[in-house]
Amino acid sequence: MKILYFGALRERIGRGSESITLPQDIKSARDLKHFLIAQDTRYQHALDGPHTVCVAIDQEHAQWEDSIEHATEVAFFPPVTGG
Amino acid sequence: MLVHITTDIIDVARHYAEFARQNSQVGAVAMFAGRVRGDEQDSLTLEHYPNMTEKQLSNILQRAEERFSLLDGLVIHRIGRMTPTEDIVLVLAAAKHRHHAIHAVDFIMDYLKTEATFWKKEVIQGKSQWVDARSSDTIAKNRWT
Repeated sequence: MKILYFGALRERIGRGSESITLPQDIKSARDLKHFLIAQDTRYQHALDGPHTVCVAIDQEHAQWEDSIEHATEVAFFPPVTGG
Repeated sequence: MLVHITTDIIDVARHYAEFARQNSQVGAVAMFAGRVRGDEQDSLTLEHYPNMTEKQLSNILQRAEERFSLLDGLVIHRIGRMTPTEDIVLVLAAAKHRHHAIHAVDFIMDYLKTEATFWKKEVIQGKSQWVDARSSDTIAKNRWT
């Protein structure tokens, strides 16, 4: 699965994207977030720190309980600040 | 309806002229230009989520079209590095009635600021920092629901 990171979150993790083969028990966006947090301290800092994290599944804004089982792309990012 | 994301300087006069020409039968065009502030920001750098941003903006524009009976609409958003007095975003809306055009521009900007996947980094007095989202933007958007 392709995972993307944007904004301050991208800088905290130190990369903009990566491809990861996920264990089968990763079913929701929340599962994926917790899986990444368990990888190392940079993910923990970026995804489990005091900063608000948003998620998109296949380029649509999503909720943490939403399924990622058939997704090809999941993105994590801070609240948007365009305009 | 047009959505465009660009690294180029937005030529507001040219876009307005072209939009007005394409909508020569329409009596009301409203415009909003969001700019880099000249009072304290040295520069701004915008990044976005390619493809998702365009989809989001098209969706917002389509909702505005339906809600305000727009005859045409345009959103141009700049990305990359920009400096004071340069435009970050341009929104144009054409409608039969003035209030529809004006409200549509307001609606588009409220949703753009809270849903479109852009992130702003500003440099103030040489110090670079990510801009925090403001709760007032979400409150403004919720007026429309």
